[in-house]
Amino acid sequence: MMADGGHERGEVMIETRGLRKSFRSRAGRETKTVDAVRGVDLDVAAGEIFGFLGPNGAGKTTTLRMLATLIEPDGGQATIAGADLRKDPGEVRRRIGYVAQGGSTWDESTAREELVLQARLYGISKTEAQRRATRALAAFQLTEFADRKCKTYSGGQRRRVEIALGIIHEPKIVFLDEPTTGLDPQSRAHMWDEIRRLRADGMTVFITTHYLDEADALCDRIAIMDHGEVVAEGTPTDLKREISGDVVQVGLDVATTGEAEKLLAAEEYVSRLETLEEGGLRLFVDEGATAIPRILRRVDGAGLELRSIELHRPSLDDVFLTKTGRSLRES
Amino acid sequence: MKLARDTWLIFQRQLHLLLRNPVWVFVGVFQPVMYLLLFAPLLKPALNAPTQAEAYKIFVPGLLVLLAIFGGLFQGFGLIAELRAGVIERSRVTPVSRLALLLGRSLRDVVSLLVQAVIITLLALLFDLRVFIGDLLLAYLMLALIALMTSAVSYGVALKVKSEDALAPLMNTVAQPVLLLSGILLPLAFAPGWLQGIARWNPFSWAVDGTRALFAGDISNDRVWQGLTIIAVLAAAGVYWAARQFARSVR
Repeated sequence: MMADGGHERGEVMIETRGLRKSFRSRAGRETKTVDAVRGVDLDVAAGEIFGFLGPNGAGKTTTLRMLATLIEPDGGQATIAGADLRKDPGEVRRRIGYVAQGGSTWDESTAREELVLQARLYGISKTEAQRRATRALAAFQLTEFADRKCKTYSGGQRRRVEIALGIIHEPKIVFLDEPTTGLDPQSRAHMWDEIRRLRADGMTVFITTHYLDEADALCDRIAIMDHGEVVAEGTPTDLKREISGDVVQVGLDVATTGEAEKLLAAEEYVSRLETLEEGGLRLFVDEGATAIPRILRRVDGAGLELRSIELHRPSLDDVFLTKTGRSLRES
Repeated sequence: MKLARDTWLIFQRQLHLLLRNPVWVFVGVFQPVMYLLLFAPLLKPALNAPTQAEAYKIFVPGLLVLLAIFGGLFQGFGLIAELRAGVIERSRVTPVSRLALLLGRSLRDVVSLLVQAVIITLLALLFDLRVFIGDLLLAYLMLALIALMTSAVSYGVALKVKSEDALAPLMNTVAQPVLLLSGILLPLAFAPGWLQGIARWNPFSWAVDGTRALFAGDISNDRVWQGLTIIAVLAAAGVYWAARQFARSVR
């Protein structure tokens, strides 16, 4: 595993082995144990943007909160920026930054006050904290509103304050829990730039997201989590390549989809296929260019009416579908 | 020292936010003054006190303990708002001392109580209340310990229940018997024997007796050291328990 930043090859920022967490939940009289995270192994290299994907309830946030020292794991080990999570969470806290999903700023405080306090909680002196706050405000284009109360900020501005808070102590790693959820497209693009800038500054960024396009565009490597386990890990390109070949999507009437499925499943160049709810099929083929004419002939020969045919490269959604058996959108 | 520094940081922030909100400052001063002006005049005849000053000697210490108990017990509401805003979680990922997260907040509550207490004492002086400064300072120590305990307990419970809807009835349920069984508004000397018997198990009734003794200039009264000791032990226990809630997983 190799990062593209200016870091030494093989420098590991996060290494987890068999990290576990279960919760006990009570429904009426019954107590049942939910295994939220069932043995997670992760390796994140220095200088990477590492994406952590999965549907809601997959255990992403629980894993993240364990790594950020907010909840104690039930089992397993983790080393974060060289510090042992189980034995020395205090040291881990000094070396990481964490930006929660639900926000972390107080309505009645100003961005500057929040930044200065946050820096001082890390043991930084008052003058240095003030200097860093001023610098962070400029870097995140917040100088204009620095001394206004947080409640007056827009969603995007507030998110930027929160990211600035997460990195005010210049951590080696920053954990961002769904940093773009709820932002409009423009703020979202802006946030991607901010995240890339963090990496350019030498930071390792660990983000959770449920946007596959975000993972694809932003992350150097990703891990897909489902039912408390990591089901796939790699660069977006490798993961997509793993699903060999191309995807051909044919549009059909719902009534004729079943018949077409039978026909095409028998073709030797179709490695796998899925039916679409709205009618039609997704066919995984080795080579789209040669498969398309054959598909057309087969469908036409059987007298079925074809509404559309599209060729695309497998997307992360296809990876997700292959690994988890469902689409991220429907989960 | 890290604990002292961290506590000071949290204390400063909390005090700053309190002062920024003039409504709270106003309410904090207005309420006790109303008690003093509108309730106290009933006391001279009710208590059968020879002078208004005598009545105030009984009533003012009770009023101050009342403020310390209630002021403290309801601080948890602010913490639930902070929990919801993610401020507590943001603090918990830093290496800040967990005890400081509690103490900084509770000490802010102690200071705001003492400011109220000073205002009330000064007003009562206008009504001919006289008390020795040494006795008064010891009484303030008692009040500070009470406020420290009740606010710590309130924060601890807030972290446990995490919702205003649960905290409000819980705190009222605790506060009501504590209030009635402590002789705060009227001395328990008027109470029948069985009621006095139950009240002996209420630590606040010892605190009220001790504070009254101090206002009466009776510093050698056993109730003074007994009350201070009981409340100090409870305050230490409350702080210890609540700080553990800050250290544990919240949200």
